[in-house]
Amino acid sequence: MSQAVAPVRHVLITGNKSYHNITEDLCTPTEKSPTREWIIAFALSSAFLGLYAFAIIWTVWKGIGEWGANRTINWAWDITNFVWWIGIGHAGTLISAILLLFRQRWRTGVNRAAEAMTIFAVICAGQFPIFHMGRVWLAFFIFPFPNTRGPLWTNFNSPLLWDVFAISTYFSVSLLFWYTGLVPDLATVRDRATGMRRKMYEFFSFGWTGSAKHWQRWEALSLVLAGISTPLVLSVHTIVSFDFATSVIPGWHTTIFPPYFVAGAVFSGFAMVQTLMVITRKVLKLEDYITINHIESMNKVIVLTGTIVGVAYLTELFIAWYSGYIYEQFAFYNRVFGVYWWSYFGMMFCNVVSPQLFWSRNIRRSIWWTFFLSIVVNVGMWFERFVIIATTLARDYLPSSWSYYRPTWVEISIFTGTMGLFFTLYLIFTRVAPVVAIAEVKAILKVAGDQFIGPDAKHGHDASHGSAAEKKQAKH
Amino acid sequence: MATESKKVLYGLYNDEEDLKGAVKAAAKAHLDIMDVFTPFPVHGLDPILDLKESRLHYLGFIYGAIGATFGFMTMTWVFTRDWPIVFGGKPYWSVPAFIPITFEMTVLFAAWGMTITFYTICGMWPGVKAKSLDNRITDDKFCLAFDVTDATEGDVDKLKGFFTQSQAAEVNVKTI
Repeated sequence: MSQAVAPVRHVLITGNKSYHNITEDLCTPTEKSPTREWIIAFALSSAFLGLYAFAIIWTVWKGIGEWGANRTINWAWDITNFVWWIGIGHAGTLISAILLLFRQRWRTGVNRAAEAMTIFAVICAGQFPIFHMGRVWLAFFIFPFPNTRGPLWTNFNSPLLWDVFAISTYFSVSLLFWYTGLVPDLATVRDRATGMRRKMYEFFSFGWTGSAKHWQRWEALSLVLAGISTPLVLSVHTIVSFDFATSVIPGWHTTIFPPYFVAGAVFSGFAMVQTLMVITRKVLKLEDYITINHIESMNKVIVLTGTIVGVAYLTELFIAWYSGYIYEQFAFYNRVFGVYWWSYFGMMFCNVVSPQLFWSRNIRRSIWWTFFLSIVVNVGMWFERFVIIATTLARDYLPSSWSYYRPTWVEISIFTGTMGLFFTLYLIFTRVAPVVAIAEVKAILKVAGDQFIGPDAKHGHDASHGSAAEKKQAKH
Repeated sequence: MATESKKVLYGLYNDEEDLKGAVKAAAKAHLDIMDVFTPFPVHGLDPILDLKESRLHYLGFIYGAIGATFGFMTMTWVFTRDWPIVFGGKPYWSVPAFIPITFEMTVLFAAWGMTITFYTICGMWPGVKAKSLDNRITDDKFCLAFDVTDATEGDVDKLKGFFTQSQAAEVNVKTI
């Protein structure tokens, strides 16, 4: 087939959209009254949020003895869930920052929602270490500040404190990046609104006018924030892996952890973006903006990172054997064949075997397969964190302290409750802000819209240089 | 900041290429453009508007350097002067262990500093009322604006003529 533009360029916006169509399509979900699906989903997730609140109050009231964690397995579901949620957050920054630096245009369809997901996932992640502290009303002790207790400072040499810095920086920088990107789109919503609603959006859009100089600064800011968020996101999961890697526990103190954790984080994050986007595009009717090409691109990232994670698992096993160090060998033997063997096989199947299906183009481009596998991957990544934490601790140096861990109803409620927290926040977000970056999609329309490129292109690539009258005709 | 109201004559264009053409023509005719408003960043507009590159990233570097220095010096002071403690037989001043926090402080300061600077120099804050000329500028119209507060009728007519010539879809006057 002969094409006017390079065939490698994918169509990213279908349906012959004009700029006005884009505004309409993306603002309408925030303007209509909620659909029935939304109300059901919201009711369900707020019910889980309620469960979360109940379980947290229970924990704080009675103490963390209500959890199944014990003296041997002292990091159990809480840290597993913490690492899992933090990992999920990573895809948002990857899409919005790293793909911006790589000039990947498909990011514009999903970056806004993925960044929101990052922020909500980090909020969920934060719950676990905070409530694991036990005396949560003293949680502010983790921040170094001049105080009357000495002054007693935090231990700056501890990876747990690095985590405090990494995650709070990550959260606040992600929030700035996300919100600054959102301001022009909130202005779009503002300019369509009337009355009270207009006043609200006026407040939150900071007086944005769309002046050329403002856009120039906005782009400069976005680019630098992307530039610093890229090492930031890599540092966050690296530091999370240091929580384990700098310890002296066989099975944890391995140098492979940082890259392996980062790849796993991107892997699970993309899976969560897929789960959310497949539903969001359907419910909010955004199929023209989040196309099969977007989904396929993300599935390619999943198969890549899934393979990296798989190689890391095998490398770990090999190194454990090759080290000739019996404690290391024992730890890994336990991982595979020990008391938690089922979680190891669950992890291997979900993370290493299942994403390989994405080598097939038909599966990569199938909505149902994508949705199903995205859930499988997230289950697998949860198993991975559980394997690393629980199996390693269950069999330590002293056979007399060997133990087994089962979660109590409180821990199960907190975990499922954070999903309620996550989805409640996400559902509110879909009601108050455009889930696709309006301005950014408009900016790529002429290089990625189906009327300009691809087999159905109505104009050649030069269309953008035509006369005003010609284009007026083309738009209507 | 003084909030003097301005009388603005502006034209709306339907496409960014029309706008670019008009801006070029205005520059050629030595017309004094007040501002250009667009629904998305239009690339290639800055050179014809004669806008200099933003210096925001230099500031980002300075804020980052302040953050790095602050983070590193605080840890150094705490562990060598204020409250030296031996952790695991390591030296008081254990530089490699300070690197992660120093890095995070660099990013934190750079990001917050730049973002706050961005909003300040753009005059944007929560609750600031936008001096918007037309609601459709954030939708699909591209706006070229001239300040005509002190302009004579002849000047205004000349500008209106310019808008007709450059195929503006609409021409309006508004006081902001």
